[in-house]
Amino acid sequence: MASTLAELEDMQRRAQEAVAQNEQGEREITYRDALREAITEEMDRNKNVLLMGEDIGAYGGSYVVTRGFQEQYGRKRVIDTPIAELGIVGMAVGASMAGLRPIVELMTINFSLLAIDQIVNHAAKIHYMFDGKFTAPIVVRTASGWGQLGATHSQTFEGWFAHIPGLRVVMPATPKDAKGFLKSAIRGNDPVVFIEHSLIYRNRGLVPAGDYTLPLEGAEVRREGTDVTLVSWSRGLYLALGAAEELAEQGISAEVIDMRVLRPLDTETVIESVRKTSRCVIVEESWRTMGLGAEIAAAVQEHAFDYLDAPVGRVGSIEVPMPYARNLERLVIPGKDEVVAAAKQALA
Amino acid sequence: MASKAEPAVRAGDVALGSMSKDELLELYRQMVLIRRFEEHSAEQYAFAKIGGFLHLYIGEEAVAVGAIHAMREQDHLVTHYRDHGYALAIGSDPNAVMAELFGRSTGTTGGRGGSMHLIHPERNFWGGYAIVSGHILIGAGIGLALQYQEIDGIAVVIFGDGATNGGAFFEALNMASLWKLPVVFLCENNLYAMGTASEYHSAVPQMATKAAGLGITSEIIDGQDVLAMYEATQRAREYCTAGNGPYFIEAMTYRFRGHSLADPETYRDKDEIEEHRADDPISLYRERLLQAGKAAQADFDSIDAAIELVVDEAVEFADKSPWPDPSTLRLCLRRRVLARPAVAGFDL
Repeated sequence: MASTLAELEDMQRRAQEAVAQNEQGEREITYRDALREAITEEMDRNKNVLLMGEDIGAYGGSYVVTRGFQEQYGRKRVIDTPIAELGIVGMAVGASMAGLRPIVELMTINFSLLAIDQIVNHAAKIHYMFDGKFTAPIVVRTASGWGQLGATHSQTFEGWFAHIPGLRVVMPATPKDAKGFLKSAIRGNDPVVFIEHSLIYRNRGLVPAGDYTLPLEGAEVRREGTDVTLVSWSRGLYLALGAAEELAEQGISAEVIDMRVLRPLDTETVIESVRKTSRCVIVEESWRTMGLGAEIAAAVQEHAFDYLDAPVGRVGSIEVPMPYARNLERLVIPGKDEVVAAAKQALA
Repeated sequence: MASKAEPAVRAGDVALGSMSKDELLELYRQMVLIRRFEEHSAEQYAFAKIGGFLHLYIGEEAVAVGAIHAMREQDHLVTHYRDHGYALAIGSDPNAVMAELFGRSTGTTGGRGGSMHLIHPERNFWGGYAIVSGHILIGAGIGLALQYQEIDGIAVVIFGDGATNGGAFFEALNMASLWKLPVVFLCENNLYAMGTASEYHSAVPQMATKAAGLGITSEIIDGQDVLAMYEATQRAREYCTAGNGPYFIEAMTYRFRGHSLADPETYRDKDEIEEHRADDPISLYRERLLQAGKAAQADFDSIDAAIELVVDEAVEFADKSPWPDPSTLRLCLRRRVLARPAVAGFDL
């Protein structure tokens, strides 16, 4: 388990640099700046793109993603809303049906629960239920994360949204993906839940300048290996990459997969990898029960059962509401050591 | 609430004086169409041709017909799930509406939505919605799009008295009032939230009081008077398009039949229903036209006879229509990843 936040960030940065080394000719910017580029480029490209959210204007956004945008684009296009998540998303759904391209910022994913009716019962249903005649192309940007924020502000709900047909759910780990996915989400005609992570906004990585879009589907192999497949997404990717480095020092070759898009879920990439490595460990920051890890594990046993040499391992949070105290919080969130241990258990 | 002076003329008299005979009879025709359509629907429900829920609009016809008659081409409509009347009043083909109730491929959404999710895109009817109060936000959001794109139209959003207790109602009204959106909030107060009388579900007897608290101009209208509804909606339309912000109409009405056909109606007694049946919007209107010398009994008789044929044909059409093709089950779950180039105006 990592002992301090600084250590964690350092670990993430080193792992991030490892990812970035494979890329050439792109600028190194932060995850936050990659998001800012995506938003401003799309706002410049299409006057129907607008931002709605709590304190995104004068305040600059809780995680400072939208700082300065209101001065740049005006109050009409950068709307400070009341603290009313259901209302913000519902208004955005209606506006999107009628031709606008609203990007909603929900301060954290914890507050998305207040908006879940509009996301699940409205946005996700509009296109199918009305026989393809209407679309609700909203983007809901929100942030997962933790850091002594207490029980109601430290949760990870991507699995809830990934459960819902009619949504696309994206959870990018790298600045490059953040930019490419966000631009595609804004241009696309599906409702997208775009989940960031409060602890990776400062991560740096190489990002193409100018117009760069990525299809909103498909996992990515971040590190090739032969002995065990480590599967994760968002900040979990950095745990997996850190663990892979340590495993390499012990002579174990780990393949690391970044799921990136959680609906539609690209289990094919995982299955293909497991057919090679015969072992699989899934790393998630959320609770394991009913989580995405369970879904991925089910797909692996369904399609690669004969290739498996060990049960699929899962590393997740301890199943308690998040305690405030620093030492207790560190016990809840999985660390690199647990990933290493789970990988070695799969290899035992 | 706006203070109302004693009217110099009876509500609806201005419209009565200014409309042609054809126009006046068109309102009658629409109300009779809805009434007969609903009676036939109930019969087909009993024959198990229609499944699930069936929420009849009988008794409330004047609200839909009067309000929708005041809407223009550039206006938009979003309603709750008791929506057969709105679809018929705004010009949906009765055949397609009945086919949708039957769940057939020729229905308004090809059998995808069902009776609670009728649409008529040609007249910007964005659907009936079935999560109580959720759609009020969709309507307000369309109002936001109209204001943003500087389109000279209004969004009319219709909901029941029961919906005025939900959070979405207050969030929508607050933002619409705050941002002066061109939205007519039309509350159909039929005295019951499903089977709970308003004295048990609302802290105030008139729902317009809630709008007043958010700074929205409102009026309470006799919803059994189709001409009064028309005039009120016209006033609301003028108010909204002049940039004054939203307008709230509380239409006092009564549902002659149960909440749905599954309703045993244990919560109100027969005497109460009989008392309200004296305020039948169709017979009241017929009497008014006769007394004003605007129409003769023969006019009504010929409309009644014609409507019988229309509704009989709708049932026959629905019954003969094919079921949705099972191969279409997964269509319209997602749109293309990237949208067409952005265009000004409404991008449907």
